[in-house]
Amino acid sequence: MLSKRIIPCLDVREGKTTKGIKFKDNIDIGDPVEMARFYYETGADEIVFYDITASSEKRDIMIDVVRRVADSIFIPFSVGGGIRSVDDMRKALLAGAEKVSVNSAAVKNPDIISKGAEAFGSQCIVLGMDVKHVGVKDNIPSGYEIVINGGRTYMGIDALKWAIEGQELGAGEICLNSIDADGTTSGYELKLTSLISGSVEIPVIASGGAGTPEHLKDVLTKGKADAALIASMIHYGNYTVGQIKSYLSSNGVKVRKSW
Amino acid sequence: MIAIIDYNAGNLTSVARAVSHIGFQCLVTSDTGKILKADRIIFPGVGAAGSAMASLKRTGLDSAIADSFRMGTPILGICLGTQVIMGHSEENDTPCLGIINGLVRAFRSDKATENGNRLKIPHMGWNNVVIKKEHPVLSGIDRDDEFYFVHGFYPDPANTEHVLGTTNYGISFASVVGFKNLFATQFHLEKSGRPGLRMLENFCKWKP
Repeated sequence: MLSKRIIPCLDVREGKTTKGIKFKDNIDIGDPVEMARFYYETGADEIVFYDITASSEKRDIMIDVVRRVADSIFIPFSVGGGIRSVDDMRKALLAGAEKVSVNSAAVKNPDIISKGAEAFGSQCIVLGMDVKHVGVKDNIPSGYEIVINGGRTYMGIDALKWAIEGQELGAGEICLNSIDADGTTSGYELKLTSLISGSVEIPVIASGGAGTPEHLKDVLTKGKADAALIASMIHYGNYTVGQIKSYLSSNGVKVRKSW
Repeated sequence: MIAIIDYNAGNLTSVARAVSHIGFQCLVTSDTGKILKADRIIFPGVGAAGSAMASLKRTGLDSAIADSFRMGTPILGICLGTQVIMGHSEENDTPCLGIINGLVRAFRSDKATENGNRLKIPHMGWNNVVIKKEHPVLSGIDRDDEFYFVHGFYPDPANTEHVLGTTNYGISFASVVGFKNLFATQFHLEKSGRPGLRMLENFCKWKP
């Protein structure tokens, strides 16, 4: 039986890991290669790197990080942030990433999903979605709207409609981030996650809001998520991946226990 | 030297990195001469069966793999490589290499998982392998070990003797197949942490 995946997420700026609270006030907390190796050795099922480097000239630093990570961990990892073209995807994949995730670039230019899927296969292409609850409107029947630029720009696109369109364009997975829940550590957005995950055929990774192992249990059961992203709850040493997994396992959620 | 076959089917650097990590030398190549002379062959790949077979035929790698198999060179198939060694794939209705008789079938999303949810396709993530037949490459693998899968199609050998391990995902399917000097997994052992690296090392030392 397939296990639910627990995925540490590392925000990387100019080669250093940071963790922002609602995309603000980032602080440096470590070397991404060391952190990735630590999480690999302590039971992470996959790792996500999100490049938040602002200037495009410094983005090659990330490719070097990807290369060094690929030499030291032997589980899948994906890279997102700053992926704007098929060429950006190719660079990250050749450096050793398993998957690339596209977010704002795909909203502005949906073709990047189909071109990427055609060039590298759907399994490589993760559609990252930043979503805010706005209430039901004519153009937002689900009540959830796609936002970009770290939650500052509302796109007038319904999140459910965009998830289904992304799947049809060839995305192999969705990483669903609730801007409302992100950084709060008060739990994932269960209603949003269950709505999206129950409506697509591709796996959904829930993101934003994890604070306790119980939050993961809820999103992996009630929220119907296939995987859960975690960041601050492990980066600051409050929990280990192993502790989260033994809680999940003793509460009937199947996770990988041997590593 | 271990030859990793390059036929324009996805990212091969992760297989090469894993082989180097466990201390063996390897070469990523599409040169049929080098492949025929290799001590061992790894045949990986991600993507679609149709374009993979077209690329193998165009480059003559299809006969190099078949010849190497006949000469007794140990061959490790991974993911798409494992599917392409079967007789025929439902994906793009593709005739394949036929080293192992049988079909490659698609998962059907109308099947339900154990907890009643709809089966998501591709089968993506970590899953167990039930060992059906002992094999030197499976030595040291425990029933709790899990492996990383990403696929929408699975091999279905005609002869159950060729099924070395099975995995449950809506149905039970052959996740490890083997025949003579060929050993092949549907999962990515290069991305499956410690047990995957153990299997890769077992293959690198295997004397069929």
